[in-house]
Amino acid sequence: MKTALKVNGRTRIVDAPGDKPLLWVLREELELSGPKFGCGQGLCGACTVLLDGQAVRSCSTPLSAVGKAAITTIEGVGASEVGQKVAAAWVDQDVPQCGYCQAGQIMSAVALLSANPRPGEAEIDAAMSGNLCRCGTYHRIRAAIRQAVTGQVAGSLNPGGDHAG
Amino acid sequence: MPAETDRRFVLKALLGAGGALVFDIELALGAAPAAPAAAGEPAARLNAFVRLHPDNSVTITAKNPEIGQGIKTMLPMLIAEELDVAWEAVKIEQAVADQALFAPQFAGGSMATPLNWLPMRQAGAAARAMILAAAAQEWSLPVAELSTLAGDVLHVGSARRAPYAAFAAGAVRQAVPAATALKLKDPADFTIIGKPTKGVDTPAIVAGKPLFGIDTRLPGMLHAALLTPPVRGAVLKSHDAAAALARPGVRKVVALTRLGEADAPVDALAVVADSWWTASEARKALQVEWDAEGRDRHSDASFAAAARTAHEGRPQAVVLAKGDAATALAGAARRLAATYTYPFVSHATLEPQNCTALFHAGKLELWAPTQMPGGGQDLLAKTFGLAPADITVHITRSGGGFGRRLQNDYMVLAAAIAREVPGRPVKLLLDRQEDFKLDFFRAAGFHRFEAGLDADGRLVALRDHLVTFGAKGKPGRGADLPANLVPADLVDHVDLGQTVLETNIPLGWLRAPGSNALAFASQGFLDEVAEAAGLTLPDLMLQLLGTGRLIPPPAGGRGPGFHTGRAAGVIREVLRLSGWSGARKGRGFGFYFSHNGYFAAVADVAKGEAGIRVERVWIGGDIGNTIINPLNAEQQIRGSVIEGMGHVLSGLKVPVDGGAIGVANFDSYPLPRIDAVPPIEIGMVRSDFPPTGLGEPAMPPAIAAIANAISSLTGQRLRSLPYAES
Ligand code: FES
Ligand code: FES
Repeated sequence: MKTALKVNGRTRIVDAPGDKPLLWVLREELELSGPKFGCGQGLCGACTVLLDGQAVRSCSTPLSAVGKAAITTIEGVGASEVGQKVAAAWVDQDVPQCGYCQAGQIMSAVALLSANPRPGEAEIDAAMSGNLCRCGTYHRIRAAIRQAVTGQVAGSLNPGGDHAG
Repeated sequence: MPAETDRRFVLKALLGAGGALVFDIELALGAAPAAPAAAGEPAARLNAFVRLHPDNSVTITAKNPEIGQGIKTMLPMLIAEELDVAWEAVKIEQAVADQALFAPQFAGGSMATPLNWLPMRQAGAAARAMILAAAAQEWSLPVAELSTLAGDVLHVGSARRAPYAAFAAGAVRQAVPAATALKLKDPADFTIIGKPTKGVDTPAIVAGKPLFGIDTRLPGMLHAALLTPPVRGAVLKSHDAAAALARPGVRKVVALTRLGEADAPVDALAVVADSWWTASEARKALQVEWDAEGRDRHSDASFAAAARTAHEGRPQAVVLAKGDAATALAGAARRLAATYTYPFVSHATLEPQNCTALFHAGKLELWAPTQMPGGGQDLLAKTFGLAPADITVHITRSGGGFGRRLQNDYMVLAAAIAREVPGRPVKLLLDRQEDFKLDFFRAAGFHRFEAGLDADGRLVALRDHLVTFGAKGKPGRGADLPANLVPADLVDHVDLGQTVLETNIPLGWLRAPGSNALAFASQGFLDEVAEAAGLTLPDLMLQLLGTGRLIPPPAGGRGPGFHTGRAAGVIREVLRLSGWSGARKGRGFGFYFSHNGYFAAVADVAKGEAGIRVERVWIGGDIGNTIINPLNAEQQIRGSVIEGMGHVLSGLKVPVDGGAIGVANFDSYPLPRIDAVPPIEIGMVRSDFPPTGLGEPAMPPAIAAIANAISSLTGQRLRSLPYAES
């Protein structure tokens, strides 16, 4: 079945069954391997992409459900101002350990800040709690989101760091 | 040929201690220049690790697998420091597996720092010495009058300065200096070591670039999904693949049976298709019958019953008999006894196991997220009857390791599938359920402790009988009771023994193997002992540690041993950091020594709306005189604490019933999430010892501190992990 998708600002035609999860359409048909496979059941968030700005788990979103929605993957995160800020903060704070979860983390953070430009601590935790990080980079995820909000490089960079106070 | 001699020497060093890890690694620095540079490559190859480019940038080879421990950044930092170049001028390239050239290439045991601290710096220093020798020739000056600064050669006398690249051609012709002739930097002059340095792949990760094993993409590549029996180790009896093969896109169904020993004992069916999704879905159409005979009798209930019976008798094997524990216990003024238990635990790397393999003209090429590429090469050679030289392993970034990828079963499975489609690369990817099923688990265990206190409340006798798991009376990986269980070294009369139960569940090393479970059990019991003696656990530990001295490792053990002064130092540091002022409800303490690292932790827990949560953790550590990359050190320590929280409080356990595991995905294996994560404060003690590793030793004491804090909060001793609200 041929389907037209709007991905990272471009229209792409894919030939795939309607029940194929968007994750595998992106990874296999469109060679966008930024979104990751972690659980396949909406439990880990590694596959998170944006559909019209909303964070969705692409592993549990069939191709047929995408419709005309604009898809943003990590590869296209720089197209929005919020996306740029978040990605820059992620580099500044050196968030990744293994890095496998980070594309999903970043997309969830972008969705959060697009809807709520000044989230509080509890709102950050709530919005990010669908994204597992097996390595435990959570302190820096919080720090990077705060940096994206305030524009200030707040130090998680010293031991004790961001939560020392 | 000197290069050949060097290679042989390194191999000997590697295999020296019967496969055991050795600290003295000598690099075959002479071997690399003999290797021709790649065609058209303008770079000068000074040794296996350093290539100098005409624009004066440098490519440094990162030899070890990167699994999130930061090694791809850290080892090149050591080389760049002694090469004396600016970090900004360094490009990093991941090595392929070639232990003859690079010396050991593995991620495990927190060994990369102690093994490579000297050799990597020597690799940089040797390249620098060759550049200096070339400059001295070119300028007709004594080499002693030359110095270097950030990638330039300097002659102060004549105010001459030129970039390294100007001497590249001469440098490659220089004799490779002997390691002993190299002068390494005074640590006071370090400009890279000790500086917070971001991960070299961070920008690529944030940009979503393909870096991981799962991202491997090759022309003509096929995809494979795996189906294994519910009962681990069951045998394939019969199958019918017709319906699966009839699906569009499905190429083949491969029956994998008896693929060799140890690391790949699984029977499985693999569906090979044009897309992984197609392959994965087609598994549903497979008709299959497994024979679980003899494997399905294992269950948690039978394990617990066997452990109870074992605890009533003597251990199968004595681990340590020191003094006369029986008499000391009999004559003790006060005796305590308790049983501590913990479950099987899974690695659950976020990137499921995967590997891409290509069989072509009798040669095998793999792209593998593995912690042990050389081990994988050996295993494949044995399994498929190939010469190791005919097996190329490309080391991809790993989406987490934690010890899972020390086992290379998935490389064997991928190669076996690829053998059926020669000339086509095949990527095998396990889905989450299969990834859990095929894990090599942290062993469950049952400890029966006894302690005797004298009239003054001093701990004079200690006994521990561990009922553990393994085969044929031998404990599995990371499942044994070591003779240096903390605090056996510090007590006069000690009996340690173990009994091994059989299980069909394979065992593997999980981050801080052994110690992650032993710390919970032994520091928990010691907390009870302290209470009985009217002390807090840190007070008891400080009393037991006594004056600072070095206790050598037990017979057959490796490493420099246990220094009581360093242990006391980190305990004092964490007490200071946490503002410790004695026992307090909901506060717990834990100390452990593992992987040559000394760590102590204090944790506060409280009852919240959704049950007990960790409010704050303080952790003090000593890994020697240098923290090579403080930015990464902080990550490793926090990650260890968070993983430890998972063991105690998140409900992580792998139940076994009828030989099958009771975990299928992250809903039944609830890893800690961001909303459970407390502030974690770190204090590092710099002691005057060479640096050791940091991937593991922070986790065991964190587990103990959190568990002891829960005991303190509830007033009920937590003797079984994970904590479950009663
Ligand atoms: S892979 Fe989609 S949520 Fe885990
Ligand atoms: S960085 Fe490894 S899973 Fe998050």
